[in-house]
Amino acid sequence: MTRALIIGATSAIAEATARGLARRGAALYLVGRNAQRVAAIAADLRTRGASQVEQEAMDVNDFAAHEAMLDRAMRAAGGLDIVLIAHGTLSDQQACEESVQLTMHELSTNALSVVALCTRIAPRLSAQGGGTLAVISSVAADRGRRSNYVYGSAKALVSAYLSGLRQRLSPAGVQVLTIKPGFVDTPMTAAFAKGPLWASPQRIAAGILSAIDKRRDVVYLPGFWRPVMWIIRMIPERIFKRVAL
Amino acid sequence: MQRGPPRIVSSWGNVARGEHHVYGFRSRFEDFPDIPGESTILPFGNGRSYGDSCLNVGGALLETRFLDRFIRFDADQGILGCEAGVQLADILRVVVPAGWLPCVLPGTQYVTVGGAIANDVHGKNHHRAGTFGCHVTRFELLRPDGERMSCSAQETPDWFAATIGGLGLTGLVTWAEMRLRRVAGPWLDVESIRCADLHELLELSMESAKDFEYTVAWVDCLAQGRRLGRGIVQRANHAGSGATGRRPAAGAGFAVPFAPPVSVVNSATLRLCNAGHYHRRARRTRTVEHYQRFFFPLDGIRHWNRLYGPRGFHQYQCLIPGESAAESVRRLLGAIAAAGEGSLLAVLKCFGDRASPGLLSFPRSGITLALDFPNRGAALAALFERLDAIVAQSGGRLYPAKDARMPGRLFRAGYPRLEEFLRFTHPRCSSSFWRRVMARA
Ligand SMILES: Cc1cc2nc3c(=O)[nH]c(=O)nc-3n(C[C@H](O)[C@H](O)[C@H](O)COP(=O)(O)OP(=O)(O)OC[C@H]3O[C@@H](n4cnc5c(N)ncnc54)[C@H](O)[C@@H]3O)c2cc1C
Ligand SMILES: NC(=O)c1ccc[n+]([C@@H]2O[C@H](COP(=O)([O-])OP(=O)(O)OC[C@H]3O[C@@H](n4cnc5c(N)ncnc54)[C@H](OP(=O)(O)O)[C@@H]3O)[C@@H](O)[C@H]2O)c1
Repeated sequence: MTRALIIGATSAIAEATARGLARRGAALYLVGRNAQRVAAIAADLRTRGASQVEQEAMDVNDFAAHEAMLDRAMRAAGGLDIVLIAHGTLSDQQACEESVQLTMHELSTNALSVVALCTRIAPRLSAQGGGTLAVISSVAADRGRRSNYVYGSAKALVSAYLSGLRQRLSPAGVQVLTIKPGFVDTPMTAAFAKGPLWASPQRIAAGILSAIDKRRDVVYLPGFWRPVMWIIRMIPERIFKRVAL
Repeated sequence: MQRGPPRIVSSWGNVARGEHHVYGFRSRFEDFPDIPGESTILPFGNGRSYGDSCLNVGGALLETRFLDRFIRFDADQGILGCEAGVQLADILRVVVPAGWLPCVLPGTQYVTVGGAIANDVHGKNHHRAGTFGCHVTRFELLRPDGERMSCSAQETPDWFAATIGGLGLTGLVTWAEMRLRRVAGPWLDVESIRCADLHELLELSMESAKDFEYTVAWVDCLAQGRRLGRGIVQRANHAGSGATGRRPAAGAGFAVPFAPPVSVVNSATLRLCNAGHYHRRARRTRTVEHYQRFFFPLDGIRHWNRLYGPRGFHQYQCLIPGESAAESVRRLLGAIAAAGEGSLLAVLKCFGDRASPGLLSFPRSGITLALDFPNRGAALAALFERLDAIVAQSGGRLYPAKDARMPGRLFRAGYPRLEEFLRFTHPRCSSSFWRRVMARA
């Protein structure tokens, strides 16, 4: 039986992933900031086949709460096979440009909280002698763009951090998975016109589970984003600065 | 929730479409979205309605795709509670292995609970089970002004009756609770019997209602003269626990990837298919079928609606009540056969007399006939007018879930409890269908 901790459990992508784990009969520990919604998701996952679901409410920016939360999650199922970190906020770029405070807050939610969590998760998985740490970054991490560089740079920090952590934990048999989704059709983006580049949270979730099963290091979801982002990374800065993206 | 640019949404028949502001709704605890003062909004399930009753062109739609959590499943009592965006397909995946089945299943499992309530859908067991709404025990209604109401037949009989079959016009159903029925397993004993004409087909359909939980008939709508109304009656009961048969292939099956430039359904292909289908089997066959195949034969091909090409197709589903129903059905089939229109999917069912719970529910005792027609513009419109006249004369009605064109007159004449219903609609809720049929022209 798989034991998984999901942080940011109310995220559409995380919920779809949790349903996949529930169908496999996994034991789940859910963490999100809205207790009522996390409890509703827990009840749903039980109905869908999860063998055990526990939950707690926590704001990821409350760094002091991380340690105790991780202790409870480890204890609930006697260890952890998968930790998925999924929380994030699609920062309002323009508002960030006008507010240092907001920019720092966005960096905290999307980058620092993840670093704080991973710092505490790493020794636990290491001591266990295995497990998977899967973190949702974004294709936006691959290059800072004018339309969302606060969000993008936060995700870039996460990606670089995970790359180093992977080197460190790999000898201990711990998989560190960096997940880079492209455009995902979630409630947050309901209002946007959807083109062929958009993927459903179900499709992203299936990709996450398969990457965990295959012990991959970095996945772009869907896969076509890998060559697309390669091209975008290759554009010289002197040209890139004139492109509106 | 921010408001983005409008986007094009169309329904299953691809004849009705248009721009909508689309709002998301992610959990039953959320507040009704703030919409601009002049706009109206309509809940949207999975868009499996054929016409414009699930659209609100120029206004807003409230998507329930992410309102899809199970709330509780009592596997001892057979009670299921879930959010309104849960699809019947998801429910089946959870309840069938535990020995339960929803009491009423329409011809596709890709409908949401909210959509099934708002159209008070029916299945092949209408003569026993009545409509979907007969088995709904409770639901919550969220009105656009923010009011939340817990509705049941006991506490709020008026709101309950208005919202079941209420076409999304009373507000958003956020969650619902329903009773399930026991089944020994996923298998059914199915019998198919060929009938040479309408008389034989109707006789057998009526007679089968006594001993069979499910009955439905397929009619060769191109057969004329002596053969008018020939077809195949299918009748079935749930098999005992020992039964087994061929399992449907796992996975998503075949999908139609895009709409061909013209409809591949036309009078030549139809004639071939219908004659072929009629003669394919022995006069009488008995099989054990998996419930997926029996209830949802079309779900095996995803996006089959695209086969009708970019102009789409109409479904015409009417109900004829009373003693003289058989005669009216004969006239309808005569008019269709004479016009040479119609399709593979001409389905006839005798409804039972279990009362539907909704003020605007479509089913009532009588005969219902449903046919798909490729959209051929004016020629088809003329045929529809002839059919409308027969339906109106017989005191019948058309099914809003399948409609993109019925005249307002026919709607208002067909639904005598309309005046009562109007007391419960919310001024901020509207649909393309509603504006069309309520316009006093
Ligand atoms: C292949 C096929 C076979 C079918 N067979 C049958 C059949 O055998 N019997 C039958 O009765 N019908 C049948 N139908 C029609 C279908 O069952 C109905 O149109 C059904 O209502 C579609 O559900 P939906 O979730 O797609 O809702 P939509 O089509 O998106 O919406 C339908 C209506 O429900 C309202 N609505 C949706 N969600 C909510 C909510 N949460 N709260 C309030 N209102 C809501 C909408 O406003 C709209 O008025 C069939 C359709 C297809 C495509
Ligand atoms: N959607 C996309 O197009 C896309 C593309 C690439 C990457 N991503 C990434 O994918 C991940 C999942 O996002 P999603 O698409 O599933 O969007 P989502 O549904 O909006 O999920 C974001 C989640 O983060 C949670 N969260 C935000 N701030 C938090 C805080 N301070 N403490 C605790 N939880 C907090 C939110 O909780 P509440 O529910 O309580 O608000 C929400 O559950 C995110 O990391 C996102 O950056 C998304």
